[in-house]
Amino acid sequence: MSVTVSIPSAFRRHTEGADTYNCAAADLNSLLEALSSRFPELKPHLRDDQGNVRRFLNVYVNDEDIRFLGKDYKFKEGDEVTLVPSIAGG
Amino acid sequence: MSTNQRYELRCRECHATWGNQPISFCQTCFAPLEVAYDWERIRTEISKDEIARRPTNLWRYKELLPLPEQYDASSPAGFTPLVKATKLGETLHSRSVYIKNDAVCFPTLSFKDRVVAVALTQARQFGFEVVSCSSTGNLANAVAAQAARSGFRACIFIPADLEPAKVLNTQVYGAQIIRIDGNYDHVNRLCSQIADKHRWGFVNVNLRPYYAEGSKTVGYEIAEQLGWRLPDNVVVPMAGGSLITKIYKAFNELIQLGLVEEKQVKFFGAQATGCSPISAAVKAGRNEIEPQKPQTIARSLAIGNPADGYYAAKTILGSGGWAEDASDPEIVDGMTLLAESEGIFTETAGGVTVAAARKLYAQGRISPDETTVLCITGNGLKTTDALAGRFEAVEPISPKLAAFEQYLEREFAGAHASGKGAA
Repeated sequence: MSVTVSIPSAFRRHTEGADTYNCAAADLNSLLEALSSRFPELKPHLRDDQGNVRRFLNVYVNDEDIRFLGKDYKFKEGDEVTLVPSIAGG
Repeated sequence: MSTNQRYELRCRECHATWGNQPISFCQTCFAPLEVAYDWERIRTEISKDEIARRPTNLWRYKELLPLPEQYDASSPAGFTPLVKATKLGETLHSRSVYIKNDAVCFPTLSFKDRVVAVALTQARQFGFEVVSCSSTGNLANAVAAQAARSGFRACIFIPADLEPAKVLNTQVYGAQIIRIDGNYDHVNRLCSQIADKHRWGFVNVNLRPYYAEGSKTVGYEIAEQLGWRLPDNVVVPMAGGSLITKIYKAFNELIQLGLVEEKQVKFFGAQATGCSPISAAVKAGRNEIEPQKPQTIARSLAIGNPADGYYAAKTILGSGGWAEDASDPEIVDGMTLLAESEGIFTETAGGVTVAAARKLYAQGRISPDETTVLCITGNGLKTTDALAGRFEAVEPISPKLAAFEQYLEREFAGAHASGKGAA
C-alpha cells in the first residue's frame, strides 16, 4: 500500500527539496515516524517535546481534516496526505 | 528591530523575528506570526491631541499600524459610530450598553474594510499585482472594492454556497470569483496551498499578520469614542477568532502608551451554535480547538477550523470573560431585536452577537451597570435571505382615501380613528 505526502515549501529545506514523499504508513502515527526517520531534521517540526502532533500543524487526507476521520484512521491505497504548517484565513 | 523599522514580524510562540516579508507563520517553529512594534519610538510620536486633529478614519491611528513609509490613505475605512443603545438596553436589562456599528463601515459595510485597507498597503510595498483571499463574503467584498480603487487585480475564493448578495457585491467591482465546491475550511486550505506556490498577495494568508492588525482599530475607536477610557466588557463575534484578540491587543497598547487608564476588560465571544468550536472550547475551560463542520445561517462566521481559535479562547478565559452561541432562530431574533430597538440592520453575524449578549446578561455574566460594547461587524442588506418568510407580504390598496380609511379600520381596529382630521 502506498500513501503520498505533499510537503509544503516551508518544510523542504529539511527534506533535501523533496515536495512529495511516498511511504507505506498504515496511520498518521506511523506516517510521522516514517517522515522523521527519512528526514531527521523534520522531526521537531512534526511533534512537540511531549510527542504530540504540533498544535499548528494541520494534516489533511484527500481534502478532509484528519481530525474528522479520527486519530486512528487507517490509510487506504492511494490516499493523498497534505501537510499545512499553519492554517490562516478568517 | 533595525533602527529604520518601526515594526516587524515576530513569532507568537518562539518569539523569533522575521523582519517584514509576506509570510504568515514562523519558518522555524511554524506558529503564527504577528506584528511587533518599537514602542519606545511610538510613545514619543503619538498623542490624543494629534489623533483628534486627524480625519475620522482608521488612518488616524497610523503610528499603531504596520504601514509602509509611503502608503495610499484614500480608503475611507473605519471610525464607525459608537452608539448608546438605550432601547436595546431595556430588553437586555442593561443601563450602559453600546453598539460599535461596523454595519456602516466604508466602503463595503463590514469591519473587513479595516483589515483590507491595511493589507493592501503592504501588498503594494511587496510588489504584488494580484491580491486574493479566501472569504465567507464580507472579506471578498472589501478586497474587491479596495483592489479596484487601488489598481490591483483581485481573485477571490469563496465557498460555492455563499449568499447571492455577497457574490454580486464582489463581482460588481470587476473581481474574479473562484467558487470552490466545499465549505470555507476547504477554501482556506486550498488558498494556503496556492499561496505556497504562486506569487499572489493573499490578504488573509501570506499578508495575514499585517491584515489582522487592521482589526485593532475597532479597539482604538471604542476607547477614543468613550472619551479615552476602556469599557468593562466587549462582546465580539468570532469566526477565525482574530478580531477579539486584536481588540485585546489594542486595549493593552493604549494602556502601555498611557492613553487610557489600566483596566481589566472582560472579553466575551459569540458564535453560532452550528459552528461553535471556540465557544465550545471556552465552555469546557480549554484553549485547544476541536474543529467542526459548520451548519449555520451565519455564514460569515462559518469557520470550523479557526486560525486564531486557540488565542481567542486563551484571551477570553484569561480576561475573566466567557463565550456563548446562538441557534439559527435566536440569530434571526437578534437581528430583528437590534433593528426594532436601535434602527440598526445587521447581518446574521450581528444577530449572533446580540443573541449571545442576551444570554450573557441573563446568566449574570455581564452586570447591568457595567459599560458593555457589542461589536456589530456587518450589514443586514447582505444577508436578507436569512429573513425570508419572516414578514407577511403586504397587499396593495387602491389610491383612494376611502380605501385607506378601510385599511385603518381593518388593521388598527379603529385605534387610530381619533387622529382623523388632525393636521
